[in-house]
Amino acid sequence: MTDITIMVLSTIGALSILFAAIGILRMPDFYLRLSVTVKAATLGSGLLLLSAAVFFPEAYVTTKVFAIIFFLVLTAPVAAHMIGRVAYLINARRWDGTVLDELEGMYDKENKVLLSDAEAAKTREDKAADDQAG
Amino acid sequence: MSLSNYIDYVILPILAVSLLLVFIRLFKGPTTVDRVIALDLLITIGVGVITVYSISTRKPILMDTGMILALIAFLGTIAFSYYLERRRKND
Repeated sequence: MTDITIMVLSTIGALSILFAAIGILRMPDFYLRLSVTVKAATLGSGLLLLSAAVFFPEAYVTTKVFAIIFFLVLTAPVAAHMIGRVAYLINARRWDGTVLDELEGMYDKENKVLLSDAEAAKTREDKAADDQAG
Repeated sequence: MSLSNYIDYVILPILAVSLLLVFIRLFKGPTTVDRVIALDLLITIGVGVITVYSISTRKPILMDTGMILALIAFLGTIAFSYYLERRRKND
């Protein structure tokens, strides 16, 4: 029974890691690659670690496994957010089929501050006024 | 089929193929950020490989390495993104 549980958990985990690997190879641009890989790889590693927790009966192994899972789940979104923000700031190339960029004109790229709706509208008006005056 | 055989002949080959696919992206990757997430994914898959190998050989002590690798993956990505952002400012 334990063996069956471990086999099922590790198979699902290995397959979702395989899908993440295929995704990072086949997706057309950086943002799609990021969104495919981080979630699937965290799920896959988490399931493999969970199967180790089922396999070893000792309590200290289970504690260690849950510490690793907690750490992975906590840090993966933070790291993905950091690298995605940097990619947007250095203008990583977008896929031609992208239909919506909600951050268009909302980022003050000099000071790296995200503006609110009202501030962004004001910046656009100022720029239009400058263009008319100049 | 015993559990150890199943892991050796099914799970580890799947993980090896996915490591190979990610390595192709690390090699090709048009931009630096692509390479950074490929490296991050490579280390996350490495944690899985170490875990599965520790089940196969029945040595739970190997799990400590997985914990350190998870820490290194996070710190590496944060450091890379920090310095990529700084590099743009100095251009």
